[in-house]
Amino acid sequence: MSSIVQTGRRSLLRASGTAFLSAGAVALLAGCDRMAAQAQTNGASADADVQILNVALGLEHEAISAYSIAAGSGLVTKAVLPVAVQFQGHHKEHRDALVATIRKMGGTPVAAKPDAEVAKALNAASLKNQTDVLRLAQRLERGAANAYLGVIPSFGDRMLAQIAGRLAADETMHWVALSQALGDSLPPKALTLGA
Amino acid sequence: MDTLLACAALAAQLCTGAQLAAVDTGRGRDLWEARCIGCHSLDANRVGPLHRGVVGRKAGTAPGFSYSAALKNAGFVWDEARLDQWLAGPGKFLPGSRMGFSVADPADRADIIAFLKTVR
Ligand code: HEC
Repeated sequence: MSSIVQTGRRSLLRASGTAFLSAGAVALLAGCDRMAAQAQTNGASADADVQILNVALGLEHEAISAYSIAAGSGLVTKAVLPVAVQFQGHHKEHRDALVATIRKMGGTPVAAKPDAEVAKALNAASLKNQTDVLRLAQRLERGAANAYLGVIPSFGDRMLAQIAGRLAADETMHWVALSQALGDSLPPKALTLGA
Repeated sequence: MDTLLACAALAAQLCTGAQLAAVDTGRGRDLWEARCIGCHSLDANRVGPLHRGVVGRKAGTAPGFSYSAALKNAGFVWDEARLDQWLAGPGKFLPGSRMGFSVADPADRADIIAFLKTVR
């Protein structure tokens, strides 16, 4: 089994040509290799899993656009910009990992919407200053953390459920950093995130 | 016997707690804001369809949203009972749908639905 996993990884890395898969994507794929045999015997649940992954991918596409919109808004100071770029980088790694996993499971990854469409949906025109931008990012990151936590019970494959947990952890990290930047205190009670 | 009865009464209370507790629209708003906002907005289609007016709307009909066949062909109008089943387990309620996101606590679902009823 482990030799199959190794071969799978190598051929995938080669197939991707000059672009290399991020460490995160490789880690996700390792998980998927392990569950491939399982998925074959349970096609319906693998299809459902791919659908959930594709919804997650839509969320990551939106986050990447949102950070581009924020960075290009002229509202973000020099001090905050690198953080926005870093968080966007995390979302790009999430995207790449999800795309690779969806493909590997035989699915078709959803495409990103144009930034302009995302800007309209998020009502970016109403953003007036850096605080507004940070508040929007804070809302979306908490929403994303909760979204990932809330899809965990739906996955047929436990490895994918774990991946959703790891993605939720990243979004939570962003939410905490943004909350601190906004001067918000942490929730007084435990277990406020997730279902 | 008394203890047994007391236990049964307590268990019944725990199980039906959601129905007994008054529905809290404000709490529903906060829950919606925390849990649904990752994918939904009130007035724009995002990863999920826009939510304004969803109670009383025919399933799968938010203009411009590209639904799964399961939701597009669901053929019913969203009411409290259907929303409750959907939020408890969308894949189970409507196989082939692709929300995947569920809300385990019946009281949370009741409050979220109460909030959705107010956004017309
Ligand atoms: C992970 C992303 C995600 C989250 C989080 C999420 N949804 Fe959804 N939702 C979707 C998607 C995607 C669809 C469309 C499903 C389809 O086409 O099968 C949908 C559809 C729906 C519909 C059907 C609407 C219609 O027009 O028929 C309702 C109602 C709904 N969601 C309610 C909620 C509520 C309430 C919450 C928060 C408790 C929530 N959703 C959280 C992704 C999400």
